[in-house]
Amino acid sequence: MINLYPVKEIRFPIIAECINPDIFQGKTSQEIEGLKIWEGNKQKKLGELFKVEEIKTENPQEREAITIKGDVSKVRRIGAGMKSGEITIYGDAGMHLGEEMKGGRIAVHGNVGGWAGSMMKGGTIEVHGNAGDYLGAPYRGSSEGMRGGKIIVYGNVGNEAGARMRKGIIKIYGCAGQFVGFRMRDGTIYVEKDAEARAGACMTGGKIVVGGFLESVLPTFTIDSIKEKVKVEEGETVGGPFYLFLGDLVEHGEGKLYVSKQKNPHLSQYERFL
Amino acid sequence: MELLIKNGFVYDPINGVNGEKMDIAVRDGKIVEKVNERKARKIDASGMVVMPGGVDIHCHIAGSEVNTGRLLRPEDHFRDFERKTSRTRSGVGYSIPSTFTTGYRYARMGYTTTMNPSMPPLEAKHTHEELSDTPMVDKASYPLLGDWWFVLEYLKEGKIEECARYVAWMMSSTKGYAIKIVNPGGLEAWGFGRNVSSLDDQVPYFCITPREIVRGLCKVNRLLNLPHTIHVHTNNLGKPGNYQTALETMKCVEDLAQENRPAIHITHCQFCAFKGDDWRTLESGAGEIANYVNNHSHVTLDMGQVIFTDTTTMTADGPFQYTLYELSGNKWVNHDVETETSAGIVPFRYRRKSYVHAIQWSIGLELALLIKDSWKVFMTTDHPNGGPFTSYPRIIAWFMSRKAREATLKRINPRARSRSLLPSIDRELGFYEIAIMTRAGQAKALGLKSKGHLGIGADADIAMYNVNPEKTDPSRKYKAVRRAFKRAAYTIKGGKIVVKNGEVLRHVEGATMWLDVQASESVKITDEMKRRFREYWTVEYENYPVTENYLEVSHPITVKSSV
Repeated sequence: MINLYPVKEIRFPIIAECINPDIFQGKTSQEIEGLKIWEGNKQKKLGELFKVEEIKTENPQEREAITIKGDVSKVRRIGAGMKSGEITIYGDAGMHLGEEMKGGRIAVHGNVGGWAGSMMKGGTIEVHGNAGDYLGAPYRGSSEGMRGGKIIVYGNVGNEAGARMRKGIIKIYGCAGQFVGFRMRDGTIYVEKDAEARAGACMTGGKIVVGGFLESVLPTFTIDSIKEKVKVEEGETVGGPFYLFLGDLVEHGEGKLYVSKQKNPHLSQYERFL
Repeated sequence: MELLIKNGFVYDPINGVNGEKMDIAVRDGKIVEKVNERKARKIDASGMVVMPGGVDIHCHIAGSEVNTGRLLRPEDHFRDFERKTSRTRSGVGYSIPSTFTTGYRYARMGYTTTMNPSMPPLEAKHTHEELSDTPMVDKASYPLLGDWWFVLEYLKEGKIEECARYVAWMMSSTKGYAIKIVNPGGLEAWGFGRNVSSLDDQVPYFCITPREIVRGLCKVNRLLNLPHTIHVHTNNLGKPGNYQTALETMKCVEDLAQENRPAIHITHCQFCAFKGDDWRTLESGAGEIANYVNNHSHVTLDMGQVIFTDTTTMTADGPFQYTLYELSGNKWVNHDVETETSAGIVPFRYRRKSYVHAIQWSIGLELALLIKDSWKVFMTTDHPNGGPFTSYPRIIAWFMSRKAREATLKRINPRARSRSLLPSIDRELGFYEIAIMTRAGQAKALGLKSKGHLGIGADADIAMYNVNPEKTDPSRKYKAVRRAFKRAAYTIKGGKIVVKNGEVLRHVEGATMWLDVQASESVKITDEMKRRFREYWTVEYENYPVTENYLEVSHPITVKSSV
């Protein structure tokens, strides 16, 4: 098990895709200290920016674990592309956390920046604080969004969570910003509390569940029915009732947008179309 | 500076040198008979293939269209970037690299001349600004003239000579090199939301047909004695069954050919060699086209090979790009360039497992291998439409090795594999034919006298590749060939060593070639013409032409025309 402590307050962005259990695996703490890392426009060694502490354990699962203690909110791309193992961060984490990860688990006891779990294909990211914009969304311009895995956020998230999602699940236990599930094709987004405007804009498939207040549903969505409960994932259903909207019709979409009936009395006007 | 390249296996098809071990002497940027052996810097090329620097006849590397493509695709930059070094500048982009990176990447593969094939005359200034920023290679642009209102008007009235004078004026004003025709008539029709579907459809308002445009400009080309033929992107590009349109386009100028010289260049022919009624029944029309080209001497063509990768398609063919957007559902840009042309951009991914894409891949190689005379078919990917130019080494490997083709065939769509003609083709090209298809043939078709060969007096643009034709069998060791062509051992540009072992040693500026067409009677810039500019264009006549001081390194080629 490796513990990392930032040695000083971080002033410049650090690109640290080397903080990855697959890369740390089988390396001694000296070798880990020698890994290359970018601070601003300068290439440095991991050991210059982090104190590396190795704790010997016999448990093979724990051996692959990385724990970061301290504020790493300016450290980007932690765990990018990881396939296995575990990263735990006690503090805030920076942008592109777990980008393109394929497996393993990242837990953050703090907030994360934008693009957490961007383009991920598998594994789990758990955020106990808030997440920034573009949660699970692809890089700007790309159409290849999240393809699998699971993201759980216990706080609030910014705009465009789950944009262009193709598979997988995002669970948000706080509120979500605008454009939840923008252009999503498949997969599930669950927002326990409120979502801001334009949820599901341009979606062509998949499922968005809003358990709280949603100011308005886009005019390009059509009401289908009222459902008593919604299945969020295997073995987990949420009680309703929910209005079920289908859309986005401008994209000939067949996405499902579930909105809580109880929290949204202003949407009752749709009932006359049923 | 003097250079002596010793003991290389030289492939110089224009001078008939086929793999002979010989020395090449260079002085002041030119190839010379001999140099002082004691003073000259010697390069040991033993065990290496020595060829003239590569020439690319068709690659979209600069201009407003390419730049819009860059803006449209931030995700393309994010995956592929190059850091600045002490000698080179930084850059980004996989399918549409930034200008400097484009130059470096070409030089790394041993290419020294590139032709930017679609320049809307209105955007000529932008194109030349970008070309000036593309280092390492000599370059030129083809202005799009097939749908220019002046051309349409004069051709309609049958005034070929008058039309030729205007084309000559346009060639000098835009600093262009050849007449490019894209979907003749179709682009003008696209301005009204329409297209033309055959060579005999009428263009709205001009009452002229694509056949008349192609024939007219072919005559103009001959009158002006331009070094290259007309460079044609056919009608119906990218539609099933369009191989017939391509054949008709070739046939329609058959009688205009002189003395067995080519009269037409069909570009990215793969995209217009589709047989079948729709996408499900798509088949290769390469056999028919190859058969025609084998029996006629007035046609040259380039492949437009498809590579299985994520790329960006961009052509001046607006209606085709719109169809592509409808097929792919991807983001898109479409544009009507005033009185001249149109344009469109759609990002596209060619997939092995897609039947249509796999057939397209097969068509490109079939064309190159079925056409017996390598002087008639050139290697391109229509960068970036079929794939980025950086995949040329892979195409060379497919040419040289049946085994390489089979390795890819195994991985493509099974239905496409069963319909592909490739398993029946045994032909494997040698280094001599590769030299024709990647440099000599292209230079000859372009009429570049001092490029594409290593004869005395030629520009000292030389590429050396680390593969020994005596020891390496390209048919079996195609991976070694691919590696060698990916990173040239040496690239020499204008007598200077610019690349060694695939690393750029120095940044050199390439020249921009353009035609200074001298007509006996040049166009009179009348008030009538200025009035038309004021009416038709958003740019006044005074601001329209590109002046010579706009080019970083200007290399005018004087052409004496017969009008």
